[in-house]
Amino acid sequence: MDFETIKKRISEKFPSVEFEEFRNQLSARINKADLLDFMKFLKEDKDLHFDYLTDITGVDYLKMEREPRFDVVYHLYSFKNNVRLRVKCGVPEDDLDVPSLTPLWGAANWLEREAFEMFGFNFVGHPDLRRLLLPDVFDGFPLRKDYPLRGRGERDVILDLK
Amino acid sequence: MAQPSYEIKTDQMILNFGPQHPATHGTLRIVLELDGEVVKKAEPHIGYLHSGFEKLGEYKTYNQWITLSDRMNYLSSLANNIGFAEAVEQLIGIEIPERAKYIRTILAELTRISDHMVWVGTHALDIGAFTAFLYAFEAREHLYNLFEHVCGARLTTSYTRIGGLMRDVPEDFEDMVKWFLGYFPNTLKELHGLLTRNRIWMDRTRGVGYLSKEDAINCGVTGPVLRGSGVAYDVRRNFPYLIYDRLDFEIPVCDDGDVYSRYLVRMEELVQSMRIVEQALKDLPDGPVNYFDHKYTLPEKEKVYDTIEGLIHHFKNIMPGHGFNVPEGDIYVATEAPNGELGFYIVSDGTNKAYRLRVRPPSFVNYSCFDKMVRGNLVADVVAVLGSLNIIAGELDR
Repeated sequence: MDFETIKKRISEKFPSVEFEEFRNQLSARINKADLLDFMKFLKEDKDLHFDYLTDITGVDYLKMEREPRFDVVYHLYSFKNNVRLRVKCGVPEDDLDVPSLTPLWGAANWLEREAFEMFGFNFVGHPDLRRLLLPDVFDGFPLRKDYPLRGRGERDVILDLK
Repeated sequence: MAQPSYEIKTDQMILNFGPQHPATHGTLRIVLELDGEVVKKAEPHIGYLHSGFEKLGEYKTYNQWITLSDRMNYLSSLANNIGFAEAVEQLIGIEIPERAKYIRTILAELTRISDHMVWVGTHALDIGAFTAFLYAFEAREHLYNLFEHVCGARLTTSYTRIGGLMRDVPEDFEDMVKWFLGYFPNTLKELHGLLTRNRIWMDRTRGVGYLSKEDAINCGVTGPVLRGSGVAYDVRRNFPYLIYDRLDFEIPVCDDGDVYSRYLVRMEELVQSMRIVEQALKDLPDGPVNYFDHKYTLPEKEKVYDTIEGLIHHFKNIMPGHGFNVPEGDIYVATEAPNGELGFYIVSDGTNKAYRLRVRPPSFVNYSCFDKMVRGNLVADVVAVLGSLNIIAGELDR
């Protein structure tokens, strides 16, 4: 299945989706309100059948000065058509709620927990949204662009106490 | 006479497994909820080796980050080097010379063999079979000597550069690989003899850690775990990179979805890897190993000494704050690492450093459905399931 067919099929159902092609890879941009419906459609549609969630991550566009500030990026794969699709969803700084994909894919569980602790997205509907890699008491979201490389880690906190 | 009924009462018990347990291969911690000897729930706690590689990727130039990719899956560092270099090259839009492609393919497959050797050795050791470990580590030792000969390092190889390789392989490289190809089938035979039809091994691994085909797809597992559950997905076949589309090899698949089927898949992968190395070595072409445009790669020493352009390119590549710029855009490139799909999602803002560098580690996603696999099994089987996933903590936590 080539990109044109995928685009056409998606546009029939979701006319607001914007497409972008770069280096022979296809990305689709969807607004946050439709995200869960859109993913459900991609997963369950008979032609597209994007039944495999490869990755979830975030990007902070603070330094590129763009609105909205964050993107949640999903990578989907279809076993039937052997094609990948990247889905991006903009998330503004003042409203970090994103619908969780855990009802659709088990893989979303840990990947969303990681995106939450690194960027602070609030995945609504996630059964267990806790920090995964970082300690539970960690303060801040390290992969945001305004978080310094040498961060306020344990050592700095101890120095402050002295 | 009626049998008296014995009602055995068991208590719920919390068992802390790791992070310093010898079977955890690094620093993993699992909190097990047990009912008698049966696992009711397993909750992995990870992050002990979190080193912020993704954040560092935003502060280091592309070539500098290659040294960090070694430290992710330190048992198959060449596979990480190759995966990252492939991603950046596709983002720039350059194609490396044929010889570099062949060398990368050979080394990627030899790395797969060395990684699987560590896996089979430690996996068997965890379950109690010590002898297999010695045979496996002897084979790995030969491969590490070969890597040392090629890259100068055994573990942290850092062999690729964006646009090619650190240097060409030494003259006797082909002989060494040929020798290894002659030596290795015997090791494989010994391992099969020790384990494959071994009654104890089969009792410990068959029917343990079951993952159905539907669950495997739903949980997003990749690599031997996915193929052990009956899904024939391999990045080398589905999205061919390097020279894999020209080679003749098979993707082993096993339908049972238990620890034993993952074992069989990995053992068969060793045979296929040898086939690939043999074919690639036969056709290994001559020529340069670095991309011709020295904006991206270091020029040869003669050019640096004799020409002004060579000198400028050399300095531009080496000096801090310089280095090549990468076009604006984003890309996701995956390669088949020994544990599964190793993906790199790179967002570039047109400078010499990545704006965002995301690693999609195979171990992380494979480990996330650990609870699903061990639930209902005995506590002794936790070690068997953990071994079959071949979790590498450095890659898991990044």
